[in-house]
Amino acid sequence: MQTQQTLVMFGVFVGISLVVTYWASGLSTTSRGFYAANRKISGLQNGWAIAGDYMSAASFLGITGLTAFYGFDGFFYGVGAFVGFLVVLLLVAEPLRNTGKYTMADIISFRLRGRSVRATAAVSTLVVSLFYMIAQMVGGGAVVHLLLPQLGDSTAIVVVAVLMMTYVLFGGMLATTWVQIIKAVLLMSAAVLLGLLVLIHYHFSIPSLLQSATAVTKGGATVNLLKPGLLFVGSLGAWNLVSFALAQALGTAGLPHILIRFFTVSSAGAARRSVAWAMVLIGAFYVLVSLMGLGAAAIVGDDLIGTRLYTGQAITYIAHHADQAPQLNAMLTQFGYIVPKIDSNLTTPLLAAQLGGSLLAAFVAAVAFATILAVVAGLTIAASSAFAHDIWFNLVRRGAGDETENLWVARGTAIVVGVLSIVLSISLRGYNVAFLVGLIFAVAASANVPVILLSLGWRRFSGGGAIAGMLGGLTASIVLIAISPVGMGDRAIFPLTNPGILSIPIGFLCAMIGSLMLPDREAQAMYDQLQVRATTGLGAEV
Amino acid sequence: MPVQQVPEHHHITSEQWDELAADPEFRALVRARRVFVVPMMLFVTVFYLALPIAAGFAPGIMSRPVLGSLTAAYLFALAQFPVGWLVLALYLRRSRGYDLTAARCRKHEMEEIRG
Repeated sequence: MQTQQTLVMFGVFVGISLVVTYWASGLSTTSRGFYAANRKISGLQNGWAIAGDYMSAASFLGITGLTAFYGFDGFFYGVGAFVGFLVVLLLVAEPLRNTGKYTMADIISFRLRGRSVRATAAVSTLVVSLFYMIAQMVGGGAVVHLLLPQLGDSTAIVVVAVLMMTYVLFGGMLATTWVQIIKAVLLMSAAVLLGLLVLIHYHFSIPSLLQSATAVTKGGATVNLLKPGLLFVGSLGAWNLVSFALAQALGTAGLPHILIRFFTVSSAGAARRSVAWAMVLIGAFYVLVSLMGLGAAAIVGDDLIGTRLYTGQAITYIAHHADQAPQLNAMLTQFGYIVPKIDSNLTTPLLAAQLGGSLLAAFVAAVAFATILAVVAGLTIAASSAFAHDIWFNLVRRGAGDETENLWVARGTAIVVGVLSIVLSISLRGYNVAFLVGLIFAVAASANVPVILLSLGWRRFSGGGAIAGMLGGLTASIVLIAISPVGMGDRAIFPLTNPGILSIPIGFLCAMIGSLMLPDREAQAMYDQLQVRATTGLGAEV
Repeated sequence: MPVQQVPEHHHITSEQWDELAADPEFRALVRARRVFVVPMMLFVTVFYLALPIAAGFAPGIMSRPVLGSLTAAYLFALAQFPVGWLVLALYLRRSRGYDLTAARCRKHEMEEIRG
């Protein structure tokens, strides 16, 4: 019943998004239309689209679940994600709009003219976008499978990939933008509705909600979710938290699929207004996530969050697990179902089911599905513009290729990216890909952010420095993750679970040392022009 | 404000760019932005990083309830949102002035280019 409701609602979303794609297809026949939606998106629209591009299923389901289970430490994920936009607002969005054209590599190549600089930036974009895509697809497939058990996770992956290819192939950036806006509206509605229901449950008394969060039963013990230290535990817990905090806040400014959104608006002022709207929406969303997480822990109860087995299945399960029979039988008598395995990803849908019934739970599941789609569509267009505009048009054709060919290459890349992500995601299915999400923010913060900031703000920055910075940051973050407890378990060489605290300074250092060792007079001379363009918008792409 | 200044911007020579970069009004704009953005960025960094550092290294103090049952850590985490919005509001207010100066610089330069 609930599955059917979810599928109907998701079907409506897909129907609307396909109509939007059809409408957008006529307006996406040039490079400017395909990559940048003709730069006609308004600040308000782009703010919603950034929110839709940024808030993934990991936010909606994952962070709510982490807050329900680990309180403060889980909520901190949302804090870092929000603060990241202050870096984008103050340092990146406006100069980016004024100096770039379609891709992240455009910004860096503005005054660093070497072909290898652009190639490295394009490769870094492709690496970050593909990793992010796989994390979204594998995680998304698992989530869809949880929410709609009848649908296999491979089926879910294929459905998501085919839809995202359709949006990008036919509707380019314009269709992607509107899919993200519609998804953001749905996501915000779901969060507001659930937050409101939690408040109603507590008769609008926040003190009593907080009071109940101080004594939550979890695995037989009672924990206070408002205290820090439930997730980042152990002797290195504090260092893990700080390293994670650095990568989480700096990474946002290096995510290519977020950066290219600023090329869709008409001016630096509109870029600034987009960040403003995005910050209002994203901030409100994470505050609501905190409300939902703490509410779920108290209202649903952490021990009951997971896949529930009712009478028949429960008895079969208990028969096969005789060792846990006493507790499970007690659970069955008390609640009418058993939860053999806790799963924090189900926090949001179970909270919805308990407070709003099966219809709301179905809506939440449909929103989660839509969320995955909007994010992967943004990643696909980031990857196809990096390949078609940077590698094909600028490097292979040396800026002389024609428009039609360019667009076919972009569409071809979208297909390759789609097929590649299906193959990789299905083969990685069942593996824990959570490390990929941490890796993406750390890679973006270490490889992309130093180079973007230095190219906008340091006169002596050079092409050699950019290549050293990107390769150094990329290598450091990937190697450190591989030899960390995440990659090697107990035999880890690097003790922290997040490489940020070391790999971000390595990225900056490589970029600076590289620039001093390989100075570039022309790039230094271009710095004045860059500053004039970035600050006044003179000569910016229209 | 649409960016419709110099469609023929390819024709701005490097001498002209240098001239614009030396324009006192432009230099003042760059300075004004820097004077606002740099301290703001420092404040944001310190205010944000203080949270994980305090929560990680002084969990005892940060676990104390300070407002009803709300702990110092959770209150500090929630405070990041209104403080972030405040920085946003201050920046938006400042940037109106920057936009006006930037428009003047552009106009000024276009007149010079056209002779």
